[in-house]
Amino acid sequence: MIEIKNLHKSYKMGSNSLHVLKGINFNVEEGELVAIMGSSGSGKSTLLNILGMLDNSDSGEYNLDGVPIKDLNETKAARYRNKFLGFVFQSFNLINYKSAAENVALPLYYQKVGRKERQEKALKYLEQVGLRDWASHLPSELSGGQKQRVAIARALAAEPKVLLADEPTGALDSTTSYEVMDLIQKINDAGNTILVVTHEPDIADMCKRIVHLKDGVIVEDKKIEQVRADQYV
Amino acid sequence: MWIFDRDLWSEIFNTLGKNMLRTILTMLGVIFAMIILMLLLGSANGMSNGFDKLFAGTASNSLFVWSQRTSEPYKGFERGRRISFKLEDAGIIKKQVSEIEVLAPRIELGSHRNVVTVYRKGRKSGSSVYGDYPEIDNITKKKLIAGRFLNNNDIESSKKVCVIGEETVKFLFDKGESAIGEDIRINGVFFTVVGVYKPNNNINIDGKNAVFIPFTTFQKAFNSGDRLGWMAIAVKEDVKVPVVEEKIKKILKAKYDIHPNDPRAIGSFDMSEIFNNISSFTMVLKGVSFFVGIFTLLAGVIAISNILLITVKERTKEIGVRRALGATPRIVKRQILLEAIVLTTFAGLIGFAISVGALVGIGALAEGSEAPFVNPMVSIVQFGASFLLMIFLSVLIGLLPANRAIKIKPIEALREE
Repeated sequence: MIEIKNLHKSYKMGSNSLHVLKGINFNVEEGELVAIMGSSGSGKSTLLNILGMLDNSDSGEYNLDGVPIKDLNETKAARYRNKFLGFVFQSFNLINYKSAAENVALPLYYQKVGRKERQEKALKYLEQVGLRDWASHLPSELSGGQKQRVAIARALAAEPKVLLADEPTGALDSTTSYEVMDLIQKINDAGNTILVVTHEPDIADMCKRIVHLKDGVIVEDKKIEQVRADQYV
Repeated sequence: MWIFDRDLWSEIFNTLGKNMLRTILTMLGVIFAMIILMLLLGSANGMSNGFDKLFAGTASNSLFVWSQRTSEPYKGFERGRRISFKLEDAGIIKKQVSEIEVLAPRIELGSHRNVVTVYRKGRKSGSSVYGDYPEIDNITKKKLIAGRFLNNNDIESSKKVCVIGEETVKFLFDKGESAIGEDIRINGVFFTVVGVYKPNNNINIDGKNAVFIPFTTFQKAFNSGDRLGWMAIAVKEDVKVPVVEEKIKKILKAKYDIHPNDPRAIGSFDMSEIFNNISSFTMVLKGVSFFVGIFTLLAGVIAISNILLITVKERTKEIGVRRALGATPRIVKRQILLEAIVLTTFAGLIGFAISVGALVGIGALAEGSEAPFVNPMVSIVQFGASFLLMIFLSVLIGLLPANRAIKIKPIEALREE
């Protein structure tokens, strides 16, 4: 699903240049649940930005579902993001003046899906994350865990190839974190490919594979025995 | 077509509607600007209408010519000779100057501006008494409140009839008494009243207290022979009055042996000059109000742009999220631009509605007053032009925040504060 070869990225900081990614190679198969771990500054966020087509690499290859991702202009990147990727952010990033259902329907709007179908799909995915009854509520009326579940429903609504979650539990307490991870595991069980960036070992242990980044290179890449989150819920 | 896309509009109205306070504050500038523009234009129109009403009933392209004393010696005549026009002059001029539409000779009893005593059953009134042709009504229109004006039949048979002013009726008749058919006496001659006129609320050359009798009757009754007081002339529409004025004077100067450069011998009054002065005054007034209003509008639209710029900054995260979810730069740009246009349009319409209300109110207040201020309202064309200009400006100025918005990278949505 994802193939990355010899990916490099550096940022210019004044006269210095900061080499953040120093040749990353890794592949993700369909249906995997991968944790990308690393301390801050390890380059994990940069890697996720490049995977999410939010940032460009300096050199290297990136293929997503067989499509080479390179030389993207803003419009093309937007289309690809919409078609291939679902985003889950640490701070949820729901649009605060839109109801839960409207938030979930937003990526579908950009896919030019009809109004009725949009509404149906939004409700379907809200149902999937257990928030059907909260469809008409504004984000300000939801708890942190509920907001993240709405965000996950939004990421799912566009039926992406890959779900990218950047510290999805970073702003949540541990019980809520496990609830969210339980949801992510269930979505993965259904066959979705998910990448989770985290620095919490217990969250990483709930994935099926851990990729460890340090100073811009992968230092460890191992398959693990998944810890199910539902036992903590 | 995207313009009919219901989703696009609901997205825009949603965004604006859910941020009501921000929306209203943004619109205030344009609302006020529109009110100022419309009030200025409306008032200028009201003033222009007021002047029009003032002049209503007087042909704007009219001219009055009368005789005076010469001021230059010529052909053996000394200066200071009194010139007196004859009735035949009217015919000569009418024939020779083709630009004349109407020519009405007139004679006044007594000397000019002096009143004559008019009697009826022991009552009297100091009135001006004129010998007139019916054509005079085309130059200084009178509003008849009873009976009729003089007609050709009166002239042909030199009927002893008269049309009198409202004020004259007040002096000669009891309240509620009908003047029509009654006789009044002027210099020992009786005339039957056939009409009563009311002065228009405008420039009135004849005054309120006057008696009009047929020219031919005047000649016989007061023995004026072929003398002529003055000539009231209306020129054809596409002709300039001063040109005709010159032609007429030239003919008359030749006829009465007046020095060609004598400025005094023939007096004249060009009504169109006053009209032109006033209409250029109102034109300038309209121009200035439009100018001032447009700049106010520009300021209002800039205010919208300014606030949208701030909101774009405020909405960085939201726009970033939208971008991450698949909104292309074009969609984002279109949304911000349309928000600017919708805001301006709504604000413009609200301002327009308020100012129309205000203008109606001002018009009602001015109704009773003497001020030359009538029906202050903007024309459809003026409104349409201002409105289109406003939308054009809003598009132009909406581009600023819209371009700012598309510079926002989706990555900024991911960045944690």
